[in-house]
Amino acid sequence: MLDDTDRRILRHYQADPEVPLSELAERAGVTGSTLTRRLERLREAGVLRGVRGVIHWPALGYEVEVSLRVTLDKTQPRAFDEFIAAAREVPEVLEIQTFLGQVDVRLSVIARDMPHYQRIYRERLLTLPHIADIEGLMHVARLKAEETLPL
Amino acid sequence: MIDLDETDRALVRALAEDATASAGALGRALGLSQPACWRRIKRLREAGVFRGAQVELDVQALGFGVTVFLGVKLAAKGRAGVEDFERAVQAIPEVQTVEHVLGAYDYRLRVVARDISDFERVLRRRVMTLPGVGNLDANVLLSEERRPGPLG
Repeated sequence: MLDDTDRRILRHYQADPEVPLSELAERAGVTGSTLTRRLERLREAGVLRGVRGVIHWPALGYEVEVSLRVTLDKTQPRAFDEFIAAAREVPEVLEIQTFLGQVDVRLSVIARDMPHYQRIYRERLLTLPHIADIEGLMHVARLKAEETLPL
Repeated sequence: MIDLDETDRALVRALAEDATASAGALGRALGLSQPACWRRIKRLREAGVFRGAQVELDVQALGFGVTVFLGVKLAAKGRAGVEDFERAVQAIPEVQTVEHVLGAYDYRLRVVARDISDFERVLRRRVMTLPGVGNLDANVLLSEERRPGPLG
């Protein structure tokens, strides 16, 4: 079980994932060895999975980002599995999420520019299996992105 | 825009998986000396290839059983108060991400809660009371996977 110290450590770690561990210990008010021991335990328990780098795709020439909301034809029993397996084959798909609600699956898709997006959309996305309805939201700006948990 | 060779792409992929990997360890994996690897990482970072890092946590283990994506449409009369809405929505601790989008909705929010009744509390007390909110559309997240993207 997690105690308040664990939560405090994770709160500070989330707020600044690239902070040196000595500095993190100071902010969380624990010694360096306590911090190392606690992080190790959280890793072993699977609570702390790692620290991933978040790619800024525009710096790599991908200026367009679209959130595609897909409704599947659920009369097909394997609609979810087959749609997701096929979506994984499209390199420009960054995220695949499934939902309970009006939307069944959401794909986050990037492209170099609008003509490139149009090509991916027509050739790779509209051809995915079992689509009943599809709707795009064009990404304009990211106002809050840290995805931190309120610990 | 920065041009990447094969080795750079492998480095970006590796750092996306583990932002804490050392230049020495990455260099060994890719057949580069530590200084050569360090120089490449420095160049990537300076070109803004990473917009930050994220601590990955098991949200369920931490007691957040529900993640909901909310589509928010501002009310027509709320348009004047866009800045008020944007400021207030970002201040809600349960709102993890806020994206401004173009389409059927104006904003897309990722919201975490302990359970459905906790989500209802956040929705009613925090989100529906935001200035200018019109229509809302909620979808409960069942599964999620991140893909490496076009780094071939």
